[in-house]
Amino acid sequence: MNRHRILLAHGGGGSLTQELIQRLFVPAFKMSSLDDAAVLAVDRVRLAFTTDSYVVKPYVFPGGDIGRLAVCGTVNDLAVQGAQPLWLSLSFILEEGLPVADLESIVASIATTASEAGVTIVTGDTKVVERGQCEGLYINTAGIGRVAGRRSVSHAGAKPGDVVLINGPIGEHGVAVMSRRAGIEFQTSVVSDSAPVWPLVKAILDLGAEVHTLRDPTRGGVAAALNDIATASGVGIRLEEKALPIGREVRGACDLLGLDPLTIANEGKLLVICRQADAERVLATMKRQPLGRQAVVIGEVMETPKAMVLLRTTIGGERIVDMPTGEDLPRIC
Amino acid sequence: MKLPLQEIAGLAQRLTRPVQFMEVCGTHTMAAYRSGLHQLLPPNVRLLSGPGCPVCVTDPSYIDAAIELAGHPDIIVATFGDLLRVPGSDSSLEQERAAGANVRIVYSPSDALVLARECPSKKVVFLGVGFETTAPTVAWAISQAALDDRKNFFVLCAHKTMPQAMDALLHGQAVKIDGFICPGHVSVITGAQMYRFICERYRIPCVVTGFEPWDILSAIKMLLRQVVEGRAEVENEYSRSVSEAGNPVAQRLMAQVFEPCDVVWRGIGTIPGSGLRIRKEYARFDAAVALDVTFVEARVNPSCLCGTVMRGMATPFDCRLFGRACSPSHPIGPCMVSSEGVCAACFKYEKRAAA
Repeated sequence: MNRHRILLAHGGGGSLTQELIQRLFVPAFKMSSLDDAAVLAVDRVRLAFTTDSYVVKPYVFPGGDIGRLAVCGTVNDLAVQGAQPLWLSLSFILEEGLPVADLESIVASIATTASEAGVTIVTGDTKVVERGQCEGLYINTAGIGRVAGRRSVSHAGAKPGDVVLINGPIGEHGVAVMSRRAGIEFQTSVVSDSAPVWPLVKAILDLGAEVHTLRDPTRGGVAAALNDIATASGVGIRLEEKALPIGREVRGACDLLGLDPLTIANEGKLLVICRQADAERVLATMKRQPLGRQAVVIGEVMETPKAMVLLRTTIGGERIVDMPTGEDLPRIC
Repeated sequence: MKLPLQEIAGLAQRLTRPVQFMEVCGTHTMAAYRSGLHQLLPPNVRLLSGPGCPVCVTDPSYIDAAIELAGHPDIIVATFGDLLRVPGSDSSLEQERAAGANVRIVYSPSDALVLARECPSKKVVFLGVGFETTAPTVAWAISQAALDDRKNFFVLCAHKTMPQAMDALLHGQAVKIDGFICPGHVSVITGAQMYRFICERYRIPCVVTGFEPWDILSAIKMLLRQVVEGRAEVENEYSRSVSEAGNPVAQRLMAQVFEPCDVVWRGIGTIPGSGLRIRKEYARFDAAVALDVTFVEARVNPSCLCGTVMRGMATPFDCRLFGRACSPSHPIGPCMVSSEGVCAACFKYEKRAAA
């Protein structure tokens, strides 16, 4: 790493985050698998284990708050591993001066979301730091789930000929949060899509279809998730721009800020990559689920170019969908 | 109605020689690469990218000066996000921020003015970089600061105007240009008539257009038709936003606060009358004057082709650094940093490294 300090972009979920993981964490901890959750065998039961920290600013946003996010983010990392989320740990880092009423409403939101997701909060911790050392509060959650089927879904599982599906419109979480961020504030009716995706995953897995990869396109958006999959699976992925579900307001906000909706975070979206022959019934199953009503096919997996995501544009051109670098920079002009 | 691509192919067959059109707006550059438009054009029609990215044409000595300012404990540098990663001689504002410098991203100059109001013990310096689209908003912030008698708001001004740069490119004749795709946003302010002198002086057609891929295709079609028919006129494809005379309020504001000056464009050199500097009446808000900023010639990587690329004389693929030493996460030149830079667009949407 030819930089001497950590930049904000190292936490952006893009190529700088990848660099940090590959050059520092992987060799230091001799890690092999880098899925969203680790799958561990205990006796004959396979458990999935994951952790995530939440530092969203502001901590309340349209459609959710940091508490809802702290549950959804972690249970979804388990779900995309094909695991039913069971237990969560919950650690707070609170800023001195945080209004207790705010904390109470966030705790209530955690409780509601946990019951919605079917998980129990089983352990936790609380720390308070001096005013100015964090913004309101940060939350860390770790989650344990039970891997449901025998066949594992890994993000290295995509195969040429597979079809790529998504359960609904992209970019809503990121745009909802940005719309309330100091300095950008804009009026929008877009709300965060944060939701537990396990019921949707379960319905798909219960079909017995050949599902090769599941992924929740959070930080870095669909672009980062699909680039990860393409790299890990050694395949190419081609998206159809016309097929991408992007709401009018999300598109407008992105145009205004100079951002690509494909790189905007989602918190209740599920990318499904399955065998082409199964695509139709997977799609039909998704559409029957509350979280999948707007499911669509957005692309296909190809043999080549390997480790690349391409997009066929509305005018018939083709372009790369690159791994985002990190912190998105709104443009000037 | 025929599709623009078919019409373009039909017109291209009637050309007696290959043509090159240049777009001079970073948003057009980005839209063209983003839609994969280059690959769809006939082989005898080429689209070149000109100096349309305001960050890219900013002299690196300006970045060094901004970094220097950010190092003062009583100064907050407020900037659009695009400038954050642009490398100066030794560092970037992003790296300085990580090392403790007070650099804030704002989304408009008026946000910087609000910041100055909220932090009366600090001097807030807004980095004024941009063309006619941004300049009026900065002029407005300065005029408001004057009304408020704000003593801690400053602008480090490097604003530029586009028509003079187009003139300089044609005058220099370093690259053959057969038509200009004129910037939609700039033209909302200046009006379409701004480009008439190009048609008259150089007999080169101009088309003002919008930012959808279809807009750019239409502009190319209209330019081709002018070439084929031997015309050189200003045509306006973007009449849904751009009028003949532009926005008089914005123009008045600009004239009230700024005056033309000679300015250095990275890669092009000094272009007479192409800069905007803050008038004497508002000098107390001019960071260069009030904070006594000195611009020292910057050290840039001699292999970086950004300057040549911005004149349309080379493509990013001609650069030895492109996709190897220089990438969006480790940029060497500004064209790789800005979301409107040619190299960034090329890297992001076309290829990873030169063949």
